[in-house]
Amino acid sequence: MQKVTIEPVTRVEGHGKVTIHLDDNLNVAQTRLHIVEFRGFERFVQGRPYWEAPVLVQRLCGICPVSHHLAAAKALDVIVGAGTGHGLTATGEKMRRLMHYGQMFQSHSLHFFHLSAPDFLLGYDSDPATRNVVGLAVKFPELATKAVLMRKFGQEVIHFTAGKKIHGTGAIPGGINKNLPIEERDILLKGADPLNIDTMIQWAYDAVQLFKDYYMNNKEFVDNFAHFPSNHFSLVRKDGALDFYHGVLRAVDAEGKRILDDVDYQDYNHYIEEEVRSWSYMKFPYLKHIGKENGWYRVGPLARLNTCDFIPSKLAQQEFELYKAHTNGKPNNYCLHTHWARLIELLHAGEVIKELLLDPDLQKDDLVIKGTKLHKGVGLIEAPRGTLFHHYEINDNDQITLANLIVSTTNNNEPMNRSVNYVAKKMMTGQSQITEPMKNAVEIAIRAYDPCLSCATHAMGQMPLDIKLFNVNGEIVDHYRS
Amino acid sequence: MKKTLIYGYGNPGRQDDGLGARFIDLCEEWVQTIGTGQISLDCNYQLNIEDAEIIAGYEQVIFVDASIVDEIDSYKLEKIAADNSSIEFSMHAVSVGFVLDLCQKIYLKFPETYVLHIKAYSFDFIEELTPAAQSNLEVAFEFLKRYLSGYSQVDSE
Repeated sequence: MQKVTIEPVTRVEGHGKVTIHLDDNLNVAQTRLHIVEFRGFERFVQGRPYWEAPVLVQRLCGICPVSHHLAAAKALDVIVGAGTGHGLTATGEKMRRLMHYGQMFQSHSLHFFHLSAPDFLLGYDSDPATRNVVGLAVKFPELATKAVLMRKFGQEVIHFTAGKKIHGTGAIPGGINKNLPIEERDILLKGADPLNIDTMIQWAYDAVQLFKDYYMNNKEFVDNFAHFPSNHFSLVRKDGALDFYHGVLRAVDAEGKRILDDVDYQDYNHYIEEEVRSWSYMKFPYLKHIGKENGWYRVGPLARLNTCDFIPSKLAQQEFELYKAHTNGKPNNYCLHTHWARLIELLHAGEVIKELLLDPDLQKDDLVIKGTKLHKGVGLIEAPRGTLFHHYEINDNDQITLANLIVSTTNNNEPMNRSVNYVAKKMMTGQSQITEPMKNAVEIAIRAYDPCLSCATHAMGQMPLDIKLFNVNGEIVDHYRS
Repeated sequence: MKKTLIYGYGNPGRQDDGLGARFIDLCEEWVQTIGTGQISLDCNYQLNIEDAEIIAGYEQVIFVDASIVDEIDSYKLEKIAADNSSIEFSMHAVSVGFVLDLCQKIYLKFPETYVLHIKAYSFDFIEELTPAAQSNLEVAFEFLKRYLSGYSQVDSE
């Protein structure tokens, strides 16, 4: 059996690689996406005072610290007796929402302009060295400028709500430690063009149209790339609306049948199990009542637009209806439509940010609430990449005794593996050496899920590809390194 | 003195990866003391595309980062050229050369750009630096003060 290895190299712990096993007839016999999931953090926080967790968890990931910060804070809201999501003061909850939707805005715009748009506009088969935002800057300077400024705007929202770029302290158990002064609000609301929310919403709307134009001209490629049925899982608001910050757990199958019906996430471990497989450090979550074989699911933008009934903002709802019409209202199982879904979410995030900025509750001073302390709390949030679980238990000395985190990328472990398998069979069958289209296809398949591969330091985000092709005797016969 | 930005990056929750942020902490008091108004400070977990817009406003930019390169004993100041190659297949972080290249192409600005590499040793879940990294931080800080005052050259160690 021949073996192809695609191995990203990183500086510290946390990496992923793809192995593709070929049989003697050059057919794909087996594929695996290996990701080292570093769980040391869960042991590290044991014994620490619970109120430190929202800041400590930002050590976990320098890429999406806001998601971990808010998920931890939500879990600790339960522990301090402030309820599960809606127990906070209006200012507390809305400031957190503003922080979170600001993060969603910056993360989704970065993913689109830095990764997706270069693929679409410069071509999937163009030179990888320039298939990025710098390449865009040469050919489409206006788009590259938008990329930079949309990221910057989202970061500004986070800065005004979390307090600082590193180890932000905005969310605390039971609430928030600051409101949004009028002068900060006005910077975001009425800042000089283009850095104001109206321009950001317009640019987000333009990005959705850009994808649709691309799609209309490349429908066959987009629809046939790693298309496979799956279950879909996310939080939804109690009335079925899309909600990134809080809600109940819902899952639907590939046909839209509800297989998890709006349950309370405090009981998540009644519904979710994590399977350990000998060849992978990263676990494989699945719905317990369906079982390992068929209970796996997707999370993230594609899943969220499959589980929710509607989007509670005008422009995004209009785009959602067009998007849903494409699959006649049924769940969308097209891998590359994840980019389309992500852009509709980007637009929605912009609209929600504006709605929050216009809300006078953000200037009020009632920031924190506390009640009767409990010893266990679970916090869930829809991070840009999908559902993020934080679960803490404490003792009578207020020390953390248990921490369990299920990150978005772990939730997407099985679908990412299936996507790699799909493209490998399509691109590698009959090939005796690594081809550029094959490498691109594997990258595109994984990238659609926007995985965050244990990126606890900045260096971990750097992911050069190392591809090795082994013959039947285990000898390297081809080697590619980006 | 040229209008200068000193920008540390890394995760201070991961032991020596926090060298960049710790360096900015050291700089804060010194920058206030010299009071030229020509030096600004910033820091973040990692670099990303919006940093192209930030550096466009300066004549000189000095990024400060932890390094595990064998050839560096304690620190090294390296001049950086624009680099349009992208090594990440995912996303999440970009290089100094990438940020500079983006700055040049979008904003048509060409700040002199350097990285002050400070030797790092361990990346555990600890806020404190290793003693060796702490020592390297201090000598690198003294070097940069001399450099910005015109008494040291690039690549000194």
